[in-house]
Amino acid sequence: MATAAIDNNDKNLWAGGVEPMKVSYGKLMMWFFLLSDALSFSGLLITYGLIRFSHHAYSGLVGDFIFSDQYWPLPEKVFTHIPFTHTPFPLVFVGIMTFILIMSSVTMVLAVEAGHRNDKQDVQKWMLWTILGGMAFIGCQAWEWTIFIIGSEEGRMLYDGSIMHGANLKANEYGPVPFADLFFFITGFHGTHVTSGIIINIFVFYNTAVGTYEKVGHYEMVEKVGLYWHFVDLVWVFVFTFFYLV
Amino acid sequence: MSHAHHDSAPSLHVHPKDPAKIRKVWMTAGILAFLTAIEFVCAFKLDRGPFLTSIFVFLTFVKTFYIVGEFMHLKYERKMLIWSIVLPVMFIIWLILALLMEGGYIFVERASVNI
Repeated sequence: MATAAIDNNDKNLWAGGVEPMKVSYGKLMMWFFLLSDALSFSGLLITYGLIRFSHHAYSGLVGDFIFSDQYWPLPEKVFTHIPFTHTPFPLVFVGIMTFILIMSSVTMVLAVEAGHRNDKQDVQKWMLWTILGGMAFIGCQAWEWTIFIIGSEEGRMLYDGSIMHGANLKANEYGPVPFADLFFFITGFHGTHVTSGIIINIFVFYNTAVGTYEKVGHYEMVEKVGLYWHFVDLVWVFVFTFFYLV
Repeated sequence: MSHAHHDSAPSLHVHPKDPAKIRKVWMTAGILAFLTAIEFVCAFKLDRGPFLTSIFVFLTFVKTFYIVGEFMHLKYERKMLIWSIVLPVMFIIWLILALLMEGGYIFVERASVNI
């Protein structure tokens, strides 16, 4: 409505009353929040890099790899479990989790798109799929944490002669202590984000269903929560690469 | 835009679907899935080293471009908004360099102490 006036009147662009960046206050603040959140996650992932670089790398053949305090473990040798079988499938489960999160990002885009068209039915449908995708992801993560914490049956002997199965913050069978610490902190911080995302998504779904946005006249809240959800997906892309693959 | 606040009959005009837009969304998702699959295959087919790591980093940045640009729609926003998000990220690059070098230094120090 007032867009033509904004373009022609650059001097008054920052004088108030208009949106210089052509996004609403809420969306702009969501962007800046996500920027600050990106810095937090960078802090965690770069800490992973720092600590990994300060440890020995495993230099032998991949086939000969065994867990040891002496070097940083190969992630593909740690994360080999998939449900219902004991046959190792390295990183397959993490791949499935990545796929689930990408798919839930797609359904979120479709919800935002439906919101632009004021299509309440479609917004509801796609929000529901997004919520289900998020829950599936969190379920997978809970399962992965469980496997990681329980560990293998044989375990590994620590320096004091005790056998360690699985992992906690003080000891783990997979390698140096910080490896498990970083696993818990990085995937845990991300999982917390997914969890809060699901809760916010449920609120937005509820508000859509009871017609709040229809009364307000637009579905911008779907866009805002969409930005957050895509960001969480983006963080997982980085965690997948820098924690599980490298 | 001024919408009347009728509690009884909220009537927003529902626009028809744009198949081109929806096709683009699925295309982007396909690209993301495909790049992830490439990363996955590379992780098992190639030897660990700077070459493999740079493939991972490159593909991760391509994926970032698609997620932030297309899904988060940043590509189509005002230049001012794009730069106010992208420029501060430069600080992260500095932090990566600084802390990875620091990590290497700690490694060398520890090795010399152990001898």
